[in-house]
Amino acid sequence: MHDSSGTRARILSRLRAAPPSPAPALPDWRAPRFDAPTRLDRFRTMLEAMKAEVHEVDAADWPRRLRTLLDNRGVRAVVHGDGSDAARQLGEAWGADPQAPRLVAYDRAVEQWKGELVHGVDAGVTLAIGGIAETGTLILWPTAAEPRLMSLLPPIHVALVEEDTIRDSFAEVVREQGWAGRMPTNVVLVSGPSKTADIEQTLAFGVHGPKELIVLVLKRAGRTYAAAG
Amino acid sequence: MTVDAQPDAGAPKAGSFAERAHLALNDKPLRANFRRAMDGLMAKRAAQFPDAADLAALRARGAAIKERALARLPDLLEQLEARCAENGIRVHWAETTDEANRIVLGIFREHGVKTVVKGKSMVSEEMHLNAFLGEHGIQAIESDLGEYIIQLAGEMPSHIVMPCIHKNKGQIGALFAEHIEGQRYTEDVDELTAAARRVLRDRFAEADAGISGVNFAVAETGTLVLVENEGNGRLSTTLPPLHVAVMGIEKLVETLDDIPPLLALLPRSATGQPITTYVNMITSPRCEGEKDGPREVHLVLLDNGRTRVYADPELRETLRCIRCGACMNHCPVYARVGGHTYDAVYPGPIGKILTPQIAGLDVAGDLPHASSLCNACVEVCPVKIPIADILVRLRREAVRPSASNSVQGAAVKGAGDGWTLSESSVWAGWKWLHANPALYRLGARALALAGNLIPAGVPPLKAWTSVRSKPKFAPRTLHQLARDKGFDDA
Amino acid sequence: MSAISTPSAAVPPERPETVYFFGTCLVDLFYPQAGLAGMELLKRQGLRVVFPQDQTCCGQPARNCGFFEEARAVARAQFDAFPEPWPIVVPSGSCAGMMRVHYPQLFADQPDRERAEAFAARVYELSWFLVHVLDCKLADHGEPVTVTWHASCHSMREMGVTDEPKRLLRSLANVTLVENPRERECCGFGGTFSVRQPEVSAAMVADKIDALRSTGAAEMVTGDCGCLMNISGALDRMGGKAGPPLRSRHLAEFLLERSDDR
Repeated sequence: MHDSSGTRARILSRLRAAPPSPAPALPDWRAPRFDAPTRLDRFRTMLEAMKAEVHEVDAADWPRRLRTLLDNRGVRAVVHGDGSDAARQLGEAWGADPQAPRLVAYDRAVEQWKGELVHGVDAGVTLAIGGIAETGTLILWPTAAEPRLMSLLPPIHVALVEEDTIRDSFAEVVREQGWAGRMPTNVVLVSGPSKTADIEQTLAFGVHGPKELIVLVLKRAGRTYAAAG
Repeated sequence: MTVDAQPDAGAPKAGSFAERAHLALNDKPLRANFRRAMDGLMAKRAAQFPDAADLAALRARGAAIKERALARLPDLLEQLEARCAENGIRVHWAETTDEANRIVLGIFREHGVKTVVKGKSMVSEEMHLNAFLGEHGIQAIESDLGEYIIQLAGEMPSHIVMPCIHKNKGQIGALFAEHIEGQRYTEDVDELTAAARRVLRDRFAEADAGISGVNFAVAETGTLVLVENEGNGRLSTTLPPLHVAVMGIEKLVETLDDIPPLLALLPRSATGQPITTYVNMITSPRCEGEKDGPREVHLVLLDNGRTRVYADPELRETLRCIRCGACMNHCPVYARVGGHTYDAVYPGPIGKILTPQIAGLDVAGDLPHASSLCNACVEVCPVKIPIADILVRLRREAVRPSASNSVQGAAVKGAGDGWTLSESSVWAGWKWLHANPALYRLGARALALAGNLIPAGVPPLKAWTSVRSKPKFAPRTLHQLARDKGFDDA
Repeated sequence: MSAISTPSAAVPPERPETVYFFGTCLVDLFYPQAGLAGMELLKRQGLRVVFPQDQTCCGQPARNCGFFEEARAVARAQFDAFPEPWPIVVPSGSCAGMMRVHYPQLFADQPDRERAEAFAARVYELSWFLVHVLDCKLADHGEPVTVTWHASCHSMREMGVTDEPKRLLRSLANVTLVENPRERECCGFGGTFSVRQPEVSAAMVADKIDALRSTGAAEMVTGDCGCLMNISGALDRMGGKAGPPLRSRHLAEFLLERSDDR
């Protein structure tokens, strides 16, 4: 084993021996703002520009809409979180139907079913904790109930996002939701399906992660834009 | 006078930038690949920043964020280390690339690691980590499509963001047909991409560990921020049971609030995207009850000469770099010769200031001169690194070394190596003429009378006249004409 | 020292009675007519133009090669040669950039720092001065002609001169300005660069000429004689091979000739 503490001390002492430079004040910078009527439009436009599909759906009825979308794509197996509301709604809507895609709960550690997870599911359904209008971004805040790989391994990623959780900018989200005091294991911002332009700057989708991103914006009856913010 | 004296002009030295540039300039497909790509990237970046005032405010913020972080660097490194430790990320320190390689190897040996998948990391390129692991029986597979392609080809990245930008789809199709079992030759980009997905999917599933770089590390929270489009970075840091991240010690920022403005700059400057597909923020290994993610996360902090760069307040500005590559995309030299001509991990303008500082001016002393000082890089740098000024500073260190502020020896490794008696004599003579107006007027008049008799074959003129006609001295100088026309002298 | 690398957003001074003209050594030796034209343009705006015979060179060549002491010695000679507080007008964005942007850096930790800063603050690029300080209006007495503008990197990126020369060209009734598609790209001169990396420089100037030719203009006008020497030298060497003739001149010469009614 190398002498790690000596290395650390030497690096830090060299840095401390260097002449100090002033720390400038942070100049003013404001992330863009959108008014309520344009916020969802911006969110949708930006996502669609990145080849994601965006559907505004009734929060009570989304499993039915999703069923149609996935049936059109020939999806046979869908992975979802374990014990979430979304999982319960899916189970209630599709469970009794033998024609519906098979529902697979992510209820074990990845090591116990890596092969099936890597190769055997066609779509993953996740619940985003919010959206960002400026860049057309979903915020995934994975938990025990919402594991990380659901949004990454299946060829189709379905993300649910409540309309009133869509904010203007990432800067606003980080600051107003106090992220600095409560960062989880992993947070991921997702802005479209997996893509690459490494070959001649030509866009190709699904190089490693999902080839398709379907975003369902959940709208609740009786709620208005005023609920946001 | 203005004649730019250069005693060594003429035939390129073996292994020099000029010699490699000669090869690149005569490689038509290569030139076409770069020109097309750079033109596209410049247009895309411009489209992302339609408002000059917004861009100016954002760049000022980005520069200040990095400047503040550098001003507090030792404290922030300790803060990062403490936060990481609280979060369960193990932090290692390495002064040299060799030390960093051995740390990574030690971690892998402890866990019996045989195969590794890698996300894109320029620091790991700096370490030549893949080759090192290979020598020790561990196979490291690049999973970023561009990196995978050049790993198959046995080449180095030619761009820090788009590593295989020098290749066209025909070349890549041939490479895949040769190396991927059952893959026919094709130029269809979707088919090529699908082939890579197929091969790499299995590699991800069987890998014992993942390696990644770090775009930003947040001292306040101990969070590692990684940006990417493909998802290979997320896979490398999520699917295998062990994740080792490597980063240069300069990649720190103070607070999580610093991340949004930097994210607003990085992808837009780099590839002209509003944001990358994925922004992956890792704060700890898999927690109790979580079903995926690595069980252990290690962070290796690499110095590799950065403390020496840091010791000089002017050169320190080099360390603001967020590795967007905009400087190379906008560089008229890079666009023509491509990344390999620099023979360095970091090509282009940022490489021209970073490489000589890391490798030494005795090794890479021709890089600071491979620039017309046009400032195109300075204009687009999202964190306002004064690249052209640092290029000139390095040219100076090559001929007149200055002492370091805090490390032993010269401020820059290999300083003084560029000094020649002939060149310094030329400048001594130049000074003598130009600091003495009477002498200057005499010399200028002499050139007006007889300067055109200087043969085109003398060294600086020889290089000049290879593609240009010899400049013609006017029969009378402006000094003379001004006096003739009655312009006042004072 | 925090380096300055943003264009200097100069505040136009009040219209002076007298200006200094800094001819630059390149103009002095190779393009004196361009210098004379610049002085004549200023004179016709009613200014007294002073050309100190003790001026030599801004010192940029030595500075760019790392020979700072030599550059400083030559810069000090210019401080001596331009003692009055008059604006110093320069027919070159590059030399002006050296004096305005780099003098303060070069003397940052030197006893002459204040002199250097005071000198730097008085430096103006010719076309910028004509537009912003003199609000110069020119009558056009020339035949109809199509021209293209070659922007120098340092005038754009150190002196913040972008549209000023084009405004002057557009103001001429019989002149059609066609912008070249690679206006913001370096022509490959770069002082010592052109002889240290002659092949890269050659590739850059060849591309620049293609871009200039693609405009179909009969003439290229520029504000920097380094670029002019590079581009016109390469055009001259190519002869008629690369296309129809393309005349090249300094802006001051062009403007003076067009506005001359004699």
